[in-house]
Amino acid sequence: MVGILEDKDRIFLNLYGFHDWSLEAAKKRGAWNATPDMIALGRDWVTGQIKNSGLRGRGGAGFGTGLKWTFMPKEVKEGKPHYLVVNADESEPGTCKDREIMRHDPHLLIEGCLLASFAMQAHTCFVYLRGEYVREREILEMAVKEAYEAKLIGKGNIHGWDFDLVVHHGAGAYICGEETALLESLEGKKGQPRLKPPFPAGAGVYGCPTTVNNVESIAVVGTILRRGADWFAGFGRPNNTGTKLMCISGHVNKPCNVEEAMSIPMKQLLEEHCGGIRGGWGNLKAVIPGGSSVRMIPAHEAETALMDFDSLSALKSGLGTAAVIVMDQSTDLIRAIARISYFYKHESCGQCTPCREGTGWMWRVMERMASGQADPKEIDMLLEVTTQVEGHTICALGDAAAWPIQGLFRHFRPEVEARIASYRSGKPHVQGVTLVAAE
Amino acid sequence: MPIAKVNGVEIEFEPGMTVLQVAELAGEEIPRFCYHERLSIAGNCRMCLVEVKPGPPKPQASCALPAADKQEIFTNTPMVKKAREGVMEFLLINHPLDCPICDQGGECDLQDEAMGYGRDDSRYVENKRAVEEKFMGPLIKTTMTRCIQCTRCVRFATEIAGVSDLGLIGRGEDAEITTYLEQAVASELSGNLADICPVGALTHKPWAFNYRPWELKKTESVDVMDALGSAIRVDARGPEVMRILPRVNEAINEEWLADKSRYAVDGLMRQRLDRPYVRVGGKLVEATWAQAFAAVAGKIKATAPDRIGVIAGDLSAAEEMKAALDLFTALGVKSIDCRQDGSALHPKWGRESYLFNSTIQGIEDADAIMLIGTNPRIEAPLVNARIRKRWIRGDVLVGVVGEQADLTFPYTYLGAGVDSLKRFVDHGPIQKEKPIFILGAGAFARPDGAAILAMAAEAAGSMGLVKDGWNGFNVLHTAASRVGGLDMGFVPAEGGKTALQMVEKGGADVLFLLGADEIDLGQTDAFVIYMGSHGDAGAHRADVVLPGAAYTEKPGLYVNTEGRTQMAERAIFPKGEAKEDWTILRALSDELGARLPYDTIEQLRDKLITDHPTFGQIDYAPGHASAAAFDLMAVGEKGETTDAPFVSPVKDFYLTNPIARASRTMAECSSLHAGASKMAAE
Repeated sequence: MVGILEDKDRIFLNLYGFHDWSLEAAKKRGAWNATPDMIALGRDWVTGQIKNSGLRGRGGAGFGTGLKWTFMPKEVKEGKPHYLVVNADESEPGTCKDREIMRHDPHLLIEGCLLASFAMQAHTCFVYLRGEYVREREILEMAVKEAYEAKLIGKGNIHGWDFDLVVHHGAGAYICGEETALLESLEGKKGQPRLKPPFPAGAGVYGCPTTVNNVESIAVVGTILRRGADWFAGFGRPNNTGTKLMCISGHVNKPCNVEEAMSIPMKQLLEEHCGGIRGGWGNLKAVIPGGSSVRMIPAHEAETALMDFDSLSALKSGLGTAAVIVMDQSTDLIRAIARISYFYKHESCGQCTPCREGTGWMWRVMERMASGQADPKEIDMLLEVTTQVEGHTICALGDAAAWPIQGLFRHFRPEVEARIASYRSGKPHVQGVTLVAAE
Repeated sequence: MPIAKVNGVEIEFEPGMTVLQVAELAGEEIPRFCYHERLSIAGNCRMCLVEVKPGPPKPQASCALPAADKQEIFTNTPMVKKAREGVMEFLLINHPLDCPICDQGGECDLQDEAMGYGRDDSRYVENKRAVEEKFMGPLIKTTMTRCIQCTRCVRFATEIAGVSDLGLIGRGEDAEITTYLEQAVASELSGNLADICPVGALTHKPWAFNYRPWELKKTESVDVMDALGSAIRVDARGPEVMRILPRVNEAINEEWLADKSRYAVDGLMRQRLDRPYVRVGGKLVEATWAQAFAAVAGKIKATAPDRIGVIAGDLSAAEEMKAALDLFTALGVKSIDCRQDGSALHPKWGRESYLFNSTIQGIEDADAIMLIGTNPRIEAPLVNARIRKRWIRGDVLVGVVGEQADLTFPYTYLGAGVDSLKRFVDHGPIQKEKPIFILGAGAFARPDGAAILAMAAEAAGSMGLVKDGWNGFNVLHTAASRVGGLDMGFVPAEGGKTALQMVEKGGADVLFLLGADEIDLGQTDAFVIYMGSHGDAGAHRADVVLPGAAYTEKPGLYVNTEGRTQMAERAIFPKGEAKEDWTILRALSDELGARLPYDTIEQLRDKLITDHPTFGQIDYAPGHASAAAFDLMAVGEKGETTDAPFVSPVKDFYLTNPIARASRTMAECSSLHAGASKMAAE
């Protein structure tokens, strides 16, 4: 068998788009099956099942989905309707899981939206779609139309819970994937993160109680309820349960998207699903395990790492979106991180000082380090700058910009020092070099 | 009340306060750039970071964090200090090192905080960012490279001034504050942008490179450019007023100031009357004080008192009006008037009939506001800002009878003139707790003003504006001197003529003008004596010019539209041979053989307060306390009205008085404003 997860336990049966995405085909695969019965069991049952399943948010932060739902007010206040907002602004470099759900299994998402909205007493759900996802929008909108026509959602639907689903197409800004910036953008404002508190569950979109969930977190809800919390909780290690879409890119023989059980050893994932590292395991240099914003881990740590939240954070990295970026020995890691730094500099919204000024600074220093035109003592300065950004910003983009650099220096500092030294050797005009030579 | 601990010291605080406010309450200073107590919270500068327990193990922005009971706040831990130093370093890496040529130098928040949290060297070796300059009109100078993107200006423009001309475009390090289309900020409050800017990005264009703040002598005084009496600070260097800045007065201007009050200061140096003049052979020629007094005394002595008229202008202090009133009453003159705009207000109907009774601060309590014959945006921009502030809070009705102007907030338009007002007379009690009328000069400064006043008072009575503890009948004046004049009875005595009657052809043989420049002197054939500070319309027509002092050059009492007596202070001395106005009248009284009984300004004020006790109540506005004694039915005189629409007397906000008309800055604003409205009309 390849991997750990058996075919019978897969949630996303049309992940690769080999089958039809439409309602009829989706129903055959299990979507919309027994949905009215689940709603009949009441919202406490729904929330309880999700809590017991141990589902943690699939958008990167890994906060318990069921627990998040319970933060919503118990009663709906007059004039303050509840909203569910699905974060489909999947922009993290390396991540390509939500788009597969939306274009190949959209009905799982729509069903999940209905169930989650029901659990939180929301009658309206917004799906905020990344600006670049045009085909995904087309299919999602067609699927929503099908669902409306089949009276699965909408006013007076067969489930007895009035529910509207609005697909909102963003304009393509990475920062709009941050939940409060997303809400701002959804309201038609400039996509800049809000100050927290108040949290969205207190005052979210249009000032009303709102829960923002990732596409994958919502799309698995229907299947969890159908097959039971225990089934879902049976995969992975405690506190890291369930199945997860993993996107592997980079220097593997067969880059792929795959649904796997949580806590699968990273080596097994790469060897069995991706055909191994280009040139064999020994050729592996480093892995960024959770999308560009988490710290990289070197090959020897990847050997034993498990693909789950706790294992990777013990390695000072993170599961993030489980977007594994594999880099073999041919990779210029410094150049790669410099490029990632440029991305964060480009996507910083400019609202708060540390990120606005710090991302540009970090990128410029990284660029010079990539070409070796830096001073060795600038390494410590750069690391200090990353700590000055990290934790001091309104949203987590500052952290995301700081971590890749920290990861690089944590494991590959000698490489950077060697780069700088080799640039300097034989260049007496470089400041500081002649001094060393004279000693 | 909840209790928090700030650096280990327990402090009680009001629920709803932020951590920053609680820390300040405990006496801890929190550095900040983006936070401003009168603007919404942005939380973007990250300078106010503090450590809070319980909470995440990272510093929190105290400006946006609600304080909680039993919270522990630390403002001086190593973590806090390091975090702030980090933020300061980020702010400075792209900030130019041009403090020596920056007008903000010496009063710059960034400079000050850098003393506490800055490094002594720079670790940033990359190129600094440069940002293109923006055009924001003739009042605001931009040096956008200095901008730290705190967005205070954007928030002020959108929230307080009510114009959406400013915004932050771009993202990341390319974010820029801009007026989008490179146009002037279309607000009468734009000068405040430079005040709230914590760095030198927005500075005062008319004053660029003129002074350093530490070389100025600062005098706290009162503004006279409108009838509000905003609190100002006059900053002078030697004989010249270099700038005027607002002071905090919650009752009137909060901490804002209208552009005219601020930037008309260059008018204090131009067109000044610095010596007496006497008209000889049709031309004004320079004269000595003795010659001028001789000419005046000769003419007045030779004229029958009922052929003499006295008109006080818009900027006169109470002292000179009192001296003129005493002097000419003693001479038997009956034609005395302070209402050069022809308004029908009169002290005989009670003080409440011409005051802004609900007070300016009281606007914030009102739940229904009716503007009648007034455009507060140009007559009193800060009243307009208060109404906007009230409107933003919501649940208020705002209606307008009169001109349909852009007031920066939406309102219900109810009609142009008397017909619309008439409908309120039989309206019956309004279903609101605290309704107010704001009656402007457009309604009462016209021939049928007394009848309109009576109608408005009747409507106020019918709608229940005046009741126990609430007096919603408000008169918004346009002149700083007017309420003081009415308070002391500077109105025609029995058988006397009004100002407008005096300037008619044959209306008087001698006219004595106390800085009256806004009255049409085209018809009069009288011998005109003009006492004032500026060579404007009055001096142009005068036969004798007696040079007086401008408001920055004399101490004086001014009563604002609320009936609040305030004391202005002298910041500099009068120009050339000019004297404080009351001393001129005192000297003239000797020449006329009717010596005034006071030799010092203290004696004059004693007399004034003895005769009219309200002048002794400094900084006191009667407000709603006057409701009980207020007889609305006695206000005005019922009579015929015409159906002419109410038109604000202020045609051009920037040119309402001689000082503003002498100001180059105001002229520039005026022409720009006129051009803008022309373009809009095309």
